[in-house]
Amino acid sequence: MATFSASERRKRTRGDRKSVETSLALRQMFESVIMRELYPQSKIDIYIQVLQSDGGNRCVSINAATMALIDAGIPLKDFVCASSAGYIEDTPLLDLNYLEETAGGPNLTLALLPKSNKIVLVQMDSRLHADHLEKVMNTAITGISRVHAILDRTVKEHLQKTIGTITA
Amino acid sequence: METLHLVAPGDVITTDTGFMRGHGTYHSDDGKLVASVAGVVQRINRLISVRPLQSRYAGEVGDVVVGRIVEVQQKRWKVDTFSRLESVLLLSSINLPGGVLRRRSAQDELMMRTYFTEGDLISAEVQQVFSDGSLSLHTRSLKYGKLKKGCLITVPPSLVKRCKNHFHNMLCGASVIIGNNGYVWISSMEVDQEDQILLNPRDEPDTTREKDIAITREERETIARLRNCIQALVARKLTLFDTSIQYTFDASRGYEVYTVYVQWNLR
Repeated sequence: MATFSASERRKRTRGDRKSVETSLALRQMFESVIMRELYPQSKIDIYIQVLQSDGGNRCVSINAATMALIDAGIPLKDFVCASSAGYIEDTPLLDLNYLEETAGGPNLTLALLPKSNKIVLVQMDSRLHADHLEKVMNTAITGISRVHAILDRTVKEHLQKTIGTITA
Repeated sequence: METLHLVAPGDVITTDTGFMRGHGTYHSDDGKLVASVAGVVQRINRLISVRPLQSRYAGEVGDVVVGRIVEVQQKRWKVDTFSRLESVLLLSSINLPGGVLRRRSAQDELMMRTYFTEGDLISAEVQQVFSDGSLSLHTRSLKYGKLKKGCLITVPPSLVKRCKNHFHNMLCGASVIIGNNGYVWISSMEVDQEDQILLNPRDEPDTTREKDIAITREERETIARLRNCIQALVARKLTLFDTSIQYTFDASRGYEVYTVYVQWNLR
């Protein structure tokens, strides 16, 4: 994370717990989504730098890494889209910002493969009553489908623009 | 003009099971053919494949490539050719100086660094593709070998048109080698001719006898102008081949060399 990304300027050490956790989660996720049989004895590095942060860092890293892999032409089984959801004062919330995240309420991060609705990542902080879990997950899933629609549209538009000028 | 079928990873291309699966696709659990990259769907008879916009260079036998030596190993060099795995240049696949045909001895192994060392740029041809996708190169012709005194520019491999000849002597007085892997080498024409003359039948490597050839300012400007023209073509995503470069070069004659870079690339 860049030092200027949050509201207070803070220099992050390389191995701080949050980055390590996010890195590990990203790695496990993409190990299952990238078609690794096509890359024997090779290494794929994914570098992410967050420039502006107001909550939702993990989700945005996942979405950004998906777009980067698609742009590089690395075969994936599907997009990986992520969204966060919470539950404050009996209302499920979608896409929490920094204040809502640090308020201490439940913070659910969900990553899906949109076409097959398979869950690749589920993480939650704080405590949530089991009755509310389904509501919060459904909120996250609606968020993810909206993100996926935007990512898909952007990819297709970019293809349209560039393919139009490449002569076979 | 038929409409292009553009897909993103995860999109179902077809549910018809009669098709064979090509690059960029995979069979999902319920038998549907799904795309795994973002690109255009290409259908040849019963084979469906998806060609992505950008990807690493996947070599084929007979391609001309320009590569950079990254490692010197026991009887071979490892070459970077912008592919998924580093390419291999075997000691037995190079032309020893003087064009001598003899068995590579232990002495040759020790002298490998005098032929090519880390950081050198070479032009070579793909001899073989191994099962894991890595390429085996060879420089068994006088036109291949170490590249000197010129400028390298890297472009996406998908923009390089497949031609019979990849070594072009442009009318403007420079020579261009368009590698299939996207590495393009621009140098002045005189350098190549000098190298040809230096290869005489003697058993010593020619690096010790390298003449210091001065390149004039006009040649440098030509090379710089060609480089900027190629960059402009890449920025517009146009295919690269000798005629397109020549036309761009002619069109740029009215401008200063640096203007070509600024205006054509940043627009």
